[in-house]
Amino acid sequence: MTGMASNNSKHDSTVFMRTQAFGSGFNDKRISKEHMKLTTIDGQQIKQAVGKWKDKPGNLIMMLHEVQGCYGYVPREVALKLSHEADVPLARIYEVITFYNYFKLQPPGKFNIAVCMGTACYLKGAPELMQELKNRLSIDEGQTTGDGMFHLDGVRCLGCCGLAPVVAVNGRVHAKVKKGDIIDILSKCKKEANS
Amino acid sequence: MIRAKINGISLRVPEGATILEAAEKVQIKIPVLCKHPDLPPTAACGICIVKLKGMNKMLRACCTPIEEGMEIITHDPEIVEVRRSVIELILSKHPNECLSCGRNRNCELQKLAGDFGINEQSFPQYLADIPADNSTKSLVLEPRKCISCGRCVHVCQQMQNVWALSFLERGFDTRISPAGDIQLADSPCVKCGQCSAHCPTGAIFEYDETGKVWELLQDENKYCIVQIAPAVRVAVGEWFGFKSGANTTRKLYAALRRMGFRAVFDTNFGADLTIVEEAHEFVHRFTKEPTKLPLITSCCPAWVDFMEKFYPDMVDHFSSCKSPHQMVGALSKTYYAQKQRLDPSKIVVVSIMPCTAKKHEISRDREMFASGHQDVDISLTTRELARMIKQAGIDFPNLPEEDADHMLGEYSGAGTIFGMTGGVMEAALRTAYDYVTGGKLKNVDFENVRGLQGVKEGTIPVGSHEVKVAVAHGLSNVEYVLNKVREAKKNDRVPPYHFIEVMACPGGCVGGGGQPYGVTDAVRNQRGDGLYEDDREHKIRYSHENPFVKKLYKEFLGEPRSEKVHHLLHTTYRPMPEYKR
Ligand code: SF4
Ligand code: SF4
Ligand code: SF4
Ligand code: FES
Ligand code: FES
Repeated sequence: MTGMASNNSKHDSTVFMRTQAFGSGFNDKRISKEHMKLTTIDGQQIKQAVGKWKDKPGNLIMMLHEVQGCYGYVPREVALKLSHEADVPLARIYEVITFYNYFKLQPPGKFNIAVCMGTACYLKGAPELMQELKNRLSIDEGQTTGDGMFHLDGVRCLGCCGLAPVVAVNGRVHAKVKKGDIIDILSKCKKEANS
Repeated sequence: MIRAKINGISLRVPEGATILEAAEKVQIKIPVLCKHPDLPPTAACGICIVKLKGMNKMLRACCTPIEEGMEIITHDPEIVEVRRSVIELILSKHPNECLSCGRNRNCELQKLAGDFGINEQSFPQYLADIPADNSTKSLVLEPRKCISCGRCVHVCQQMQNVWALSFLERGFDTRISPAGDIQLADSPCVKCGQCSAHCPTGAIFEYDETGKVWELLQDENKYCIVQIAPAVRVAVGEWFGFKSGANTTRKLYAALRRMGFRAVFDTNFGADLTIVEEAHEFVHRFTKEPTKLPLITSCCPAWVDFMEKFYPDMVDHFSSCKSPHQMVGALSKTYYAQKQRLDPSKIVVVSIMPCTAKKHEISRDREMFASGHQDVDISLTTRELARMIKQAGIDFPNLPEEDADHMLGEYSGAGTIFGMTGGVMEAALRTAYDYVTGGKLKNVDFENVRGLQGVKEGTIPVGSHEVKVAVAHGLSNVEYVLNKVREAKKNDRVPPYHFIEVMACPGGCVGGGGQPYGVTDAVRNQRGDGLYEDDREHKIRYSHENPFVKKLYKEFLGEPRSEKVHHLLHTTYRPMPEYKR
């Protein structure tokens, strides 16, 4: 092979870095406008997921795990942002997503409810919130309601412990949730679905 | 050294050699399918299996290093049977479409099926129903014909560092695709075509425009002009029994005339012109605008595409020169048209290129329409030209030699080495030396920018100055050079180079994505040697001394870097999104 020994930094490292002095991050000019319009995506969350796993082995899978926990699937917009934030080629991300049956590219339900089970949220009452959701939706963790409307998951720390306990609906974070708020959250979703 | 035996023949090979390489040393050919001599093994297909004497286990010869004392059997009835089954299994997932496939007669799978005398369908056929991707004007992906060898994925990700292609899913459902089933045109693909040059089957194939060219050649209302790129002349012969590197320039001129082209030009003329412009640009920045250094070459459209997507911060460092064939295209429809009193709207310019990226380049933005028409109408690859010569019934090896047509056909030795990595740099330095010092070089051969090392760096004395240069080829090698520049700029230091040449394809255009199949470093070198020989045989070895280039400036263009020059021969660049979707 012609001089391939040189400096392809992606060659054999598990963290595939595309070193970039030029604007990495969410305002990266190389992401077309299309991708910027999804406002519900909390860039902070992806940044934190990346920060948390960046230097650990198997990191990409863990990051995707976290993303899926939050959205119920891996939306393309999020995959693109993850690619830029973590410096992993998008092609690699899709290789991993499609390799494992676990990862989904389509939303499993109309509303993906993610209850944070991280330490802070756990201590501040996440289990109670989870139970309430299970009761009201009559499904277990990891399941989708019969009408395809709700999907429920317990996820790892969402990275906003200051707001604990948190529940994310399609990536939108509800802060300091109390048991009594659950019914509100659900009825808002239903209203949104009907409008 | 390691001692071993293959089929009873004793041999000694260096440590680390694979069984496959060792067998070649003693004239034994082990069949391969996923292994390409240019690439590390992917060990995907299993056709190269061999046995160790007295053992039942089978090893893959392409990826197993030979060990001291091994006794290897490469061929026996059982091994042949297993290999046959491997082929039959692959065929059970592969459409029987050889007769209507572009790879007919040079497909590696077809060849193996022939060698093994496969004459029936032993397994029920299961064909994946994946549509072809026709989204680019450069390449057509037909994942149905893919045998999952992994070559293109390695090429696109590791060799080219583009990461447009990947495998999706796994096992039986594995398929090649850009990230997340989008179209190639929406992916970061830079159309270098290296994937197509390495694919063993017809799953990745150049966007074929030979039919269109035949039609235009028949059209009496059209005046068809053709030009050939430097690297074509030393490679096309491979499909007609010539050795790699054999210079067939003048036979090509003859063949093109017989095919019906009214004027036969040479892109090497455009290369000379590019050098004059680029050397002026370099000298100007070197003496007056040092903040715009390093100057980076722009004659490779795949590289331009890559820069716009991955290094948009380098836009200002790019040479504004168009690539040589675009210059010849623009001049054909202006200068030549005026001289010959031709209506430019009737002129058709066809470029014969080693390249699939040029197919995209010809309509990439409105600056490629500088003459008021599309400057180059069609760009064919070397492979397409070779097929056309065969279709035309031309006995290529025995053709008489002819010359190119005047005005845009003559070239200097400097123009021809454009086709090899380091060649653009070398040609530009020759002319820049003259511009800066007003004198001639004692030795015009710049040996330290030649050769196949991935990155070549050096300091070239030009008069009382030192010019620091870097040459990179194969896009994965760019990172090393450009990161140094970025680093320096970030820290307000002077960048470590004045002049950088990049060509997307390993080896430069001699190893281009549209060149005859089977490229290895040996082949790249042979083709390159052919160009250096062409250079040495030319009396004129400075681009600016090409008398027709001088005449062109005098009669038509005016001064280098003039307004007319800028309009016709220069262009601009802009940052592009990596993914369109
Ligand atoms: S043409 Fe080049 S960049 Fe595009 S898919 Fe093929 S190897 Fe990758
Ligand atoms: S497209 Fe060609 S090179 Fe790529 S994996 Fe399929 S058969 Fe191999
Ligand atoms: S190196 Fe030459 S053949 Fe390859 S993409 Fe660039 S111009 Fe085309
Ligand atoms: S524990 Fe819930 S956000 Fe950190
Ligand atoms: S050639 Fe060795 S596994 Fe394919």
